[in-house]
Amino acid sequence: MKWLRTVATELFGLFVDDGRLAILALVWIVVAALLLPNLPAGSLWPGLILFAGLALILIDSVTRTAQRLRKTPP
Amino acid sequence: MPSRSPESATIMTLAHLGPTVIAAFFASLVEFVEALTIILAVGSVRGWRSALGGTAAALALLLAIVALLGPLLTRIPLETIQLVVGALLVLFGMRWLRKAILRAAGVIPLHDETRAFDDEIKHMRGLPRRSGNWDGIAFGTTFQITMLEGIEVVFIVIAIGAGGVGLLLPASLGALAALLLVTVVGIIVHRPLAKVPENPLKFVVGVLLSGFGTFWVGEGVGLSWPGGDWSILGLVAGFLVLALVLVSLCQSPAARPTQEVST
Repeated sequence: MKWLRTVATELFGLFVDDGRLAILALVWIVVAALLLPNLPAGSLWPGLILFAGLALILIDSVTRTAQRLRKTPP
Repeated sequence: MPSRSPESATIMTLAHLGPTVIAAFFASLVEFVEALTIILAVGSVRGWRSALGGTAAALALLLAIVALLGPLLTRIPLETIQLVVGALLVLFGMRWLRKAILRAAGVIPLHDETRAFDDEIKHMRGLPRRSGNWDGIAFGTTFQITMLEGIEVVFIVIAIGAGGVGLLLPASLGALAALLLVTVVGIIVHRPLAKVPENPLKFVVGVLLSGFGTFWVGEGVGLSWPGGDWSILGLVAGFLVLALVLVSLCQSPAARPTQEVST
């Protein structure tokens, strides 16, 4: 059972390291799934908006972590 | 939800094939190198028979899982797979990319295979020896590490390969090539592959997987990408530029000497 728990924890850890990044990315994917298909097909905008949202989430996660770790050195 | 025509789905463009093989190869390479470090440490301290036995048992179980799950995937509609796998790839890819950016910027230390090897050797030496042909500790340790790293490889291959018709084979070949390379080099050098540039590899794989994931999510929700499959290259380029900018943004003057020392 302990081994199974380890595998489950490792599997969860495959996708979730920074919980905020994971939740924001999933929320953004749901929002994109609801809104973006209504934009004109073949246009550059839906794909660009999807990418921009994920890029902002990554920027937020990296910069926040960098600031936090610099404030509290090991 | 609009779907791709069978013709367009079966066309294997270079835009798909190249990144698929490269991403599967490099991502699997990183995982196999980590597993090799532990297997070498366990084998050299506790004996090779049990260490290799545990590794072989885990590989057999992984093959069984793949054989069981592989056919099930073909029964799920392509759009559903693309959306679910795309979302998982985004999470997985951005997690790797985030860590690789922070390591490249010197915010967190680089992973050290030699240190991991030495730590495992020390740990194994401290554990009691058991009489008999099989060493349960060695068997269990190599079984666990092979399963854990192997499950990651299986997920990576399925995630990269399941989004398009005919991509599972090139993704599997990429992973298989990485396994062969690590096995051969491991047998020859008998030391952890500390010179493998793990962070640059994770950086590249993170960029590729984030690009793939975004593309599959878009396909899954019914977006029509301008340029079709070639949009993958645009997304990969976008994540690469973003990651490089973030590395230079996070690289404070205080962090630069730390990075030089840790590399």
